[in-house]
Amino acid sequence: MTAGVDMRAPLSLLPLRLDQVVFEVGTRRIIDGVSLRLDPGARIVILGPNGAGKSVLLRLCHGLLAPTAGTIAWNAAEVAGGARRQAMVFQRPVLLRRSALGNVAYALKLAGVPREQRRERAVEALRKVGLEGQGRHSARVLSGGEQQRLALARVWALRPEVLFLDEPTASLDPGATHEIENVISALHAAGTTTVMVTHNLGQARRLGDDILFLHQGRLLERTPADRFFKHPSSSEAATFLEGELPW
Amino acid sequence: MNSVADAAGAAFGLIVVADPKLVGIVLLSLRVSVTAVLIGCVVGLPLGAAIAVNEFRGRRALIVILNSLMGLPSVVVGLVVYLLLSRAGPLGALGILFTPTAMVIAQSILITPTLAALSRQVVGDAWQEYREQLRSLGETRLGAAPTLLWDLRFSLVTIVLAGFGRAASEVGAVMIVGGNIDGVTRVMTTTIALETSKGDLPLALGLGFILLFIVLALNACAYVIKETAQRRYG
Ligand SMILES: Nc1ncnc2c1ncn2[C@@H]1O[C@H](COP(=O)(O)OP(=O)(O)OP(=O)(O)O)[C@@H](O)[C@H]1O
Ligand SMILES: [Mg+2]
Repeated sequence: MTAGVDMRAPLSLLPLRLDQVVFEVGTRRIIDGVSLRLDPGARIVILGPNGAGKSVLLRLCHGLLAPTAGTIAWNAAEVAGGARRQAMVFQRPVLLRRSALGNVAYALKLAGVPREQRRERAVEALRKVGLEGQGRHSARVLSGGEQQRLALARVWALRPEVLFLDEPTASLDPGATHEIENVISALHAAGTTTVMVTHNLGQARRLGDDILFLHQGRLLERTPADRFFKHPSSSEAATFLEGELPW
Repeated sequence: MNSVADAAGAAFGLIVVADPKLVGIVLLSLRVSVTAVLIGCVVGLPLGAAIAVNEFRGRRALIVILNSLMGLPSVVVGLVVYLLLSRAGPLGALGILFTPTAMVIAQSILITPTLAALSRQVVGDAWQEYREQLRSLGETRLGAAPTLLWDLRFSLVTIVLAGFGRAASEVGAVMIVGGNIDGVTRVMTTTIALETSKGDLPLALGLGFILLFIVLALNACAYVIKETAQRRYG
């Protein structure tokens, strides 16, 4: 590889294309023929009832699961074993038995950030999510909401091109939810494409430009948010919207 | 009855005045077993972690073998090491049979499978929980092993102390490869075995007390470390 090639900005990861993606466990189809395209700058919210396959779909996109049929193709492949350019906030984040600061620094280390820059970036990320006072506390003894915020600080520090979020505010009080939404918005404003699963319809309105509606493993519709909440095009989505509480 | 009470009294006397012979035996025991545990940790813990996070052919078989090796009789280890180190054996040229080094080797072999098998278990359980998160962050399997070992350090303390307990209390291996030579390779367990049959009950009992005390103290340490760590680190 020549120096000239090295100097070039890396190709964008996006768009991401899913083509007829199927994920089966045994004979059970959990994802059933999903095709979609994710463009740079998008703010996607995935809605659907429990067990619809939302978390599995995120895992497939993020590369944690391999589809049993169909293809998932990024515009540019990530280097195997190299720093990741996409990140995910899990429904239940896993934090290491170290300080909050140490958890962020660890992620930065894996991302190839030089040691001398890690601390500063970790401190800044903790401040971003309102955990500046807890930097030295052990991550595992933080409250559920604080842990979720720490998980978000970790991805904030990484500045991923694409961020998958699986119910990032499921266990948070309204104030913390608001703060997390601000962080997600700030990440998006800084150039991160976000794909989020939520059961909070108000949040879906606030953070989603496009709604994907998943039902029994099938992608029933992809509709701009304002239209989705007024006139969903599938009857399943209409039923779903009636059933969910409107906050 | 009386002779037992007398012996116990004499044993405490030896401990209280720090009888040089007794102290020498205790120190050698600790030196041998601590060294063996260190070697066992350096080999066994990374091995266990590597098996836990990697997928390869023969993995299940290896785990079964490791688990069985936990119950390895110490006399068998002693015998094998003896044959290796005896003058006619493949390593006979080293001339280390009947030295503390031979005892360290035997105990290391005895406890390394235990440390590997138990850490494989602990790391494997955690790996189930951590795998997706670590992969998401870009951790490789090679890097995951040390990360998990460090994250589980408090659970591993218990395992390491269990390994030490096994090393310090076994008698078969050190007896065979050490030879129980007075002042050279005599450790607590071999002395107890020998002096009991010879009738020197005070020394045997005194060492028995100390051994018991060490094992108790270790378990108390392990418990306290785990409890405190759990409260502080979650
Ligand atoms: N690894 C797996 N093996 C077998 N079944 C699985 C696996 N992962 C998920 N499933 C099943 O797939 C279905 C969809 O799971 P998923 O976690 O994606 O649901 P979800 O839409 O995220 O639901 P929720 O809103 O409750 O989080 C569930 O019925 C689940 O039991
Ligand atoms: Mg889910």
